[in-house]
Amino acid sequence: MKFQTDRLAPWAAYGVVAVGTLVMLLPFYFMFVFATHSRTEIFSLPPPMFFGDDFFNNLKILTERMPFWRNLGWSLYVAIASTVLTLMFCAMGGYAFALFEFRFKNALFGLVMGTMLLPSFMNMIPTFMIMDVLGWIDQPRALYIPGAASAFGIFLMRQFVGSSIPKDLIEAARMDGCSEFGIFWRIVLPLLKPALGTLGLITFIASWNNFIGPLVVMRSPEMYTLPLALRSLQSPVNTEWGALMTGSAIATLPLVVLFVLSSRQLISGLTAGAVK
Amino acid sequence: MKLPAALRLSPEWAPYVFLSPFVVLFGVFGLFPLMFSLYLAFQSWEPTSGLGAMAFVGLDNYAFALQDEWFWKSLGNTAWLALASGVPQHLVAIPLAYFIHTSFKRLRNGVVGAYFMPYITSTVAISILFSSLLSTDFGLINVGIKAMSELPGIGWLFPKHPVDWLNEPSNIKPAISMIVFWRYVGFNVVLYLAALQTIPKDIYEAATMDGAGRLQQFWYITLPSLKPMIFFGVTLSVIGGLQLFEEPFILTGGRGGSDQAGMTTAIYLYRMAFDFNDFGAASAMSWLLFILVALLTWLTNKAFAPRGPSA
Repeated sequence: MKFQTDRLAPWAAYGVVAVGTLVMLLPFYFMFVFATHSRTEIFSLPPPMFFGDDFFNNLKILTERMPFWRNLGWSLYVAIASTVLTLMFCAMGGYAFALFEFRFKNALFGLVMGTMLLPSFMNMIPTFMIMDVLGWIDQPRALYIPGAASAFGIFLMRQFVGSSIPKDLIEAARMDGCSEFGIFWRIVLPLLKPALGTLGLITFIASWNNFIGPLVVMRSPEMYTLPLALRSLQSPVNTEWGALMTGSAIATLPLVVLFVLSSRQLISGLTAGAVK
Repeated sequence: MKLPAALRLSPEWAPYVFLSPFVVLFGVFGLFPLMFSLYLAFQSWEPTSGLGAMAFVGLDNYAFALQDEWFWKSLGNTAWLALASGVPQHLVAIPLAYFIHTSFKRLRNGVVGAYFMPYITSTVAISILFSSLLSTDFGLINVGIKAMSELPGIGWLFPKHPVDWLNEPSNIKPAISMIVFWRYVGFNVVLYLAALQTIPKDIYEAATMDGAGRLQQFWYITLPSLKPMIFFGVTLSVIGGLQLFEEPFILTGGRGGSDQAGMTTAIYLYRMAFDFNDFGAASAMSWLLFILVALLTWLTNKAFAPRGPSA
């Protein structure tokens, strides 16, 4: 009896995992399939199961209904600016926490950890007010500056610096007369490359997907990032579903490509705080 | 290229300089907003009338929130959604991670990647896609249900009529929970897989020698070893569930759905500020929700945290 259940168990496991994988991936398949069909085709019985030929037509509708390329450009611009700044500031912060002794170190690190626990809804209203006072409403910098020294990034960098850059190396460089910035720029940053890659990916994706941020600070449609622009196309009546699917697919495609190229690095980075 | 000694950064000051971006940005965009929202929660203010029109109203905003029917309704919705999307995530992710851990070798990364993919995709894209998949008459999900209901034997398990997922109040929450479950279950699978890798193999070998079957091993070795990760994962789900905003916001067109059935507290406080222009009440609500999140995190900690120094 026991022999039998032990034989059956792996097959049952394969079955369950395979069905689950299908459930996870099918919605993506249909997103790309629907992106190539018109609204009437998507809403017919049975719905389309394979790619159609309305992609460029959908794209045309999309560019007529909203400044699509502009929105896409802002998304890209904000994601790149946010990634560059975050990498710089978090590498600096992580390096300071990992290899220096200084007053208030523990208090400051406690602050970093504390901000990681702060729920996002707490910031929604005051962030809007600050941006209003600063005159940053409708300014892309309102999206990439506030989060640039992210607590998560500093934490990730601190872990990596601590485990991979020996203190002696820094000391030796200091003895040789290298300046503090020189040490950071010429020794620490190059050694941090793998971790910077991971943090860069995470930051880029988070910024690309960011919805609450632009929802609160971007007021005019020409300044919308892609997610916000797509959302604004949705209306109770007459939603252009084909065009909307094309937009969603275009917003999703870069992520799928990035993910396929780097899923291991991404997954381990995103769960780094949890798994130690 | 060497700077004169007086201008060079000394090692004593270097960490402060390196941390200054964090301190400045956190101060301006983190701490200050937080303090300001605490202040705002005791004020009556409409943004259209300028900063001078603020008036101290004591605990009025809190009293208003606590007597507001919609606030309570939103809390109920949030709790419902957090439980209905959160609990199944762990009930499914733990055995799933165990299956993947024990039965998959070569395909493992591909499988894990597939489960993780929804987690990194844009909420807006996902929600738009599901709005169409869930449409009453032509949505694929209802087409699938209809096909199932025509199967002999198990057909009676499925509704005969198309389900109105996003407009019928009693269906909105299940629909949102399904999507949230779909989106985050892979993240939990990854967490549990990482924890499973830390369980030493010889424990299982010893158990096999003693004649323990797969199920017994899962129950007596795997589950107890996973306890710290279950605690961590459940805490993350509780915190995340209570903050639920984007999925229901987009699926209900930003208004919370018919009869406010899909309106979470985070959506309600957004609407309170940006649709109804009452920033004071919205701030008070955000603090009430924050207290609830902190309290529940603490309670989860109490209930799950392993005792002793290993914590």
